[in-house]
Amino acid sequence: MANAVSPPSAPLDSGATPLSAEQRLSFYRTMVLSRAIDERCLSLQRQGRIGFYVPASGQEGAQIGCAAALEPDDWIFPAYREIGLALWRGIPFRTLLDQFIGNAEDIMKGRQMPNHYGFRDKNFVVASSPIGTQITQAVGAAMAIQRRKAATVTATFFGDGATSSNDFHAGMNFAGVFRTPTIFFCQNNQWAISLPRERQTRSSTLAQKAEAYGFPGVVVDGTDVDAVYRAVRSARERAVRGEGPTLIEAQVYRYGPHSTSDDPRRYRADEELQAWKRRDPILRLKELLLSSGQWTEAKDAALLDEVRAQIAQAIEAAEAVPPVAPATLFEDTFARRTPQLEEEKAAFERLVQEGVIRP
Amino acid sequence: MTEMTLVQAVNRGLHEAMKGDPDVLVLGEDVGVDGGVFRATEGLIKEFGPDRVIDTPLSECGIVGTAIGMALYGLKPVAEIQFLDFIYPAFDQIVSELAKFRFRSGGQYPCHVVVRAPYGGGIKGGLYHSQSTEAYFCHTAGLKVAIPSTPADAKGLLLSAIHDEDPVIFLEPKRIYRAVSGEVPDGDHRVPFGSARTVVPGDDVSIFAYGAMVPVATEAAEALRGEGISAEVVDLRTLVPLDEATVLASVEKTGRAVVVHEAARFCGFGAELSAILAEKAFYSLKAPIARVTGFDTPFPYALENVYLPNAARVAHAARATVRSG
Ligand SMILES: Cc1ncc(C[n+]2csc(CCOP(=O)(O)OP(=O)(O)O)c2C)c(N)n1
Ligand SMILES: [Mg+2]
Repeated sequence: MANAVSPPSAPLDSGATPLSAEQRLSFYRTMVLSRAIDERCLSLQRQGRIGFYVPASGQEGAQIGCAAALEPDDWIFPAYREIGLALWRGIPFRTLLDQFIGNAEDIMKGRQMPNHYGFRDKNFVVASSPIGTQITQAVGAAMAIQRRKAATVTATFFGDGATSSNDFHAGMNFAGVFRTPTIFFCQNNQWAISLPRERQTRSSTLAQKAEAYGFPGVVVDGTDVDAVYRAVRSARERAVRGEGPTLIEAQVYRYGPHSTSDDPRRYRADEELQAWKRRDPILRLKELLLSSGQWTEAKDAALLDEVRAQIAQAIEAAEAVPPVAPATLFEDTFARRTPQLEEEKAAFERLVQEGVIRP
Repeated sequence: MTEMTLVQAVNRGLHEAMKGDPDVLVLGEDVGVDGGVFRATEGLIKEFGPDRVIDTPLSECGIVGTAIGMALYGLKPVAEIQFLDFIYPAFDQIVSELAKFRFRSGGQYPCHVVVRAPYGGGIKGGLYHSQSTEAYFCHTAGLKVAIPSTPADAKGLLLSAIHDEDPVIFLEPKRIYRAVSGEVPDGDHRVPFGSARTVVPGDDVSIFAYGAMVPVATEAAEALRGEGISAEVVDLRTLVPLDEATVLASVEKTGRAVVVHEAARFCGFGAELSAILAEKAFYSLKAPIARVTGFDTPFPYALENVYLPNAARVAHAARATVRSG
């Protein structure tokens, strides 16, 4: 299945300041960390040390470029494949790993499957599995931003498949009508589990859907972190100026399986994967850094060692944490337990005591 | 007879229906080339082609809405929802449309769609790959609800569903998709709706279950037998229509009832069953009815094992009904 890649759109404006050497280096470090975590977590899943994993390899350029172009006050409404964004927002791998394991230090209290996390103090709203639901919510938060007259935006993240969801269309429509400060960041990784991008829409690009809702849509090469950064930066500036939403389609490729429950060999050709790997976002940035003299192979090797050591340390620490306490099941359904739930909790605790329920 | 797993039996049921009637077709996400994320539709696209095994865009509302249109025009669509947890974008189409077409048209427009969805916990799927929300559909007049617990019933109930005249929500216990193999009759094997199955006969207490809770209830009955308590296990098979005659006869014999489901307790199917027993078997009851269910919290990830009813909980509840009267 050959996925036609659309040419990138002309930039919305060229006002964004060029990236500094420092900035590029920090993008690179985070992208390398993100890739290394992915590789390690896939093997942790195979060993049964985490239950499930959703890899993001191949999408690091889009994720880091976008995350870096946002300000810390901008709210992120993510899907489940956004580890690069989480890392850029400053969430330590250890914190993510506690969530993947669902241990007693998991901020989500072991409630969600791996990769479904959120961090209120980082303006990173908690992800769910149902496709697309975050999109309308991001528009609503942007309406709240308008009401508060804050100089911030919301950014929502979703895949090519999600453009077929009800929430995508409702969210785009509301955003257009109310001219909300929203960035719709679509990572078109060419596949929605086994279904190619062409199965989602007859449109030649996903970005062009914005036109029907009355605002701009741009295609950006998601393997080019600079290009992504610039596109998001201009969209953000427009939004803050009160000029409304933008849809950005970052074209990338999902290198791995959809999740650890999936086998992509059933539905896609290896040549397609290999072709995309030749434009790998990390390699592209590395070449740029090497050729500009900012980086050396020796520094690169040292970075990889450092990252791997950091990951190993986090794994050791997270695996030493005890499992989540059973009675926490009865927290957070409501602000305060209803009388029925109080009774259920008491009954539950008796059953645990009597050994009928064995945590 | 052929030995197979529950998910293979679903596959064979679909195959049998498609072979027998060119109007039967399958649609859903990843059902074609991939053969379904649980492999329920494996091989069907090869045999029947992409016109009858349709990989759709990612839209449950689109899947069910178009299935309704196809059914109105005379086809027999079997829509797959990848997980029951993802059915809600189609809820409007199911509840407002599918369930009501026949009634609101004065009988002019019967609307026969089968909506298949894997449901339930036990696969470490967390909040959104584990829920058992059959009660929403049971509560909607106009929908039939079937839940098999064995390979033979999976094929037999599915074929009955596809040949029914009404819309059917067909829920498949994914936790036991591959857990056990069983003998499945070849050919057009049908299990009639509204016929509960007595899995284990017994005299002291009736345990009612369906889907993935049937093996749990059976395990409990075995443990109880060792203690001298004779438990009867009844697999309801279809919640709508419900085989009240079998349910009532069982309780009239045993005088005690335990209702088991994975779904949360409050307003779950067990509430309906308990109400029916209170209304129609009150004078046979020797002890209060017990419910063993999921808790009234969302479905957890790490604590899945403590959330899901297990055989020990079922046995504990059954023992208590026997001791209390
Ligand atoms: C409403 C809904 N339907 C189905 C699913 C099952 N599902 C999980 S991910 C996925 C594909 C999503 O594809 P895309 O939007 O392109 O995102 P990607 O996974 O490629 O990042 C599907 C069908 C779901 N999570 N939610
Ligand atoms: Mg995708």
